[in-house]
Amino acid sequence: MQYMLLIYNDPSKEPAYGTPDFQKMMAEFFAANEQMKADGVLRGGEGLKGIETATSLRIKSGKVETMDGPFAETREHLGGYYVIDVKDLDAALKYAALLPSAHFGTIEVRPLMDYNPAG
Amino acid sequence: MTTAAPQASASAIAVAKVLDHVMRSDRGRLLASLLAVLRNLSLAEEALQEAAVSAMNHWSRSGLPQSPQAWLLTVARRKALDRLRGATRENKKVHDMSYLMAQEEEDADEIPDERLRLIFACCHPALEMKSRVALTLRAVCGVTTVEIARLFLDQEATMGQRLSRAKAKIAAAGIRFEVPASEYWPMRLEAVLTTIYLIFTTGYVAGPVEERDLCQEAEYLIRLINRLRPEEAEIEGALAMMLLTAARRAARIGQDGASLPPTEQDRGLWDHARIAEGRALLQQAMQRHKPGPFQIKAAIADCQMADPAPDWPQIALLYQSLLRHEPTPIVMLNAAVAAAEAGHAAEALRVVESLVGELAGYQPWHAARAALLVMTDQKSEACLAYKQAIDMTSHAAEALFLQKQLISASPFAVRRR
Repeated sequence: MQYMLLIYNDPSKEPAYGTPDFQKMMAEFFAANEQMKADGVLRGGEGLKGIETATSLRIKSGKVETMDGPFAETREHLGGYYVIDVKDLDAALKYAALLPSAHFGTIEVRPLMDYNPAG
Repeated sequence: MTTAAPQASASAIAVAKVLDHVMRSDRGRLLASLLAVLRNLSLAEEALQEAAVSAMNHWSRSGLPQSPQAWLLTVARRKALDRLRGATRENKKVHDMSYLMAQEEEDADEIPDERLRLIFACCHPALEMKSRVALTLRAVCGVTTVEIARLFLDQEATMGQRLSRAKAKIAAAGIRFEVPASEYWPMRLEAVLTTIYLIFTTGYVAGPVEERDLCQEAEYLIRLINRLRPEEAEIEGALAMMLLTAARRAARIGQDGASLPPTEQDRGLWDHARIAEGRALLQQAMQRHKPGPFQIKAAIADCQMADPAPDWPQIALLYQSLLRHEPTPIVMLNAAVAAAEAGHAAEALRVVESLVGELAGYQPWHAARAALLVMTDQKSEACLAYKQAIDMTSHAAEALFLQKQLISASPFAVRRR
């Protein structure tokens, strides 16, 4: 099954760039990547630029409305994702727990929709 | 001719009785067997229900089969396959399943006990706690949706929706009907044990409701797991803890209807067979040298029953080790109460008051704080805290106990002496 690991972070709780904690976080991300690759489960993943770069859009009565900022006014924002292909939820949760952001943010684990059930 | 109708209905009643009994006591086992191939709880439940309807007709006409369980299983498997054939074009999958089921039918007389995988799926930590409890009671213990709704003071429809959502999540999120591999075992076992423990404490606080006693259901579940997975220290610890706690059940309410702390209970009312079994299990668990929170809680329950009085210094130490496993505000509160009983009341009160932010909405916090205020001679403050605790409790016996504490703490009681 394919799962997306959505990384939600509060930027104010994230280790600051240049600090030893930041170095540690990057090393842990790197180790998680290597582990996922070595286990042959990694299908993709990206990091997102900060919410100050976000633009939101919706269409109301046929008119496009754009807004500065992210979709939700919450403290934790989507900061990146991984897509992995594993046997079951337990395995997906195991990889989610490898991500350093789990220590100061939240990892949401969601199965991808299966468009071709006959496989 | 005149006797034929009454005879038919008499046999129908007998069949209904047997069927009802089998569907209650063996439902979990039958579902678990079906799930080994079907891997879909809703489908397994529906197929079993259809099989039960067929059984009612068939058994009334041709008499009871030699093994009602095996009969139900065989028919439920066919019903499930029929449903799959109707609902899907995935012929290969259905073909594979019917092959697997045919393999299993050969030894249908000895239905293997697959309930462990059912329990682990129902208690998966990715499900909401209340759903875990409800699903386990429904699928494993055979408690009906109506009964579960009543236990939770919910509408039947609301509980039905909760159960459907939980089953849908199991299917969609990739929760497997499998006993977890060793790398996931500790985390998954903990989720199972906390679910059963919650079933137990809910029953212990509420007392027997209707015909289903949740303490008994919890004991049944934990004994089942202990039998299916023997020599597991935390499972033995959890069973010991429930036995040692349940042993005091008959003594926990006094003659005046107020709840009694273990120190004031009539020891003659304790269930000594349960105590002996609980202590033996705890000993056995500890010899495995794999400590865990349930073994510690069992040891605490044991020390509370020490003769002639609870061993508070030991209990305080045990809470310190429990805190290493479960550093939660509630464990901190209990640890402080034990420390106070062991002679450190002033310090304990400081700890308890520091927890106000987390526990101000938790009734036992107010009751504990009141008792510690009495111990540190702050009686007027204690009276206010007792009043708050009384306002917050929904249990008559607890309210009565607190009323008595309030009276003895109030200045009028001193004058009356």
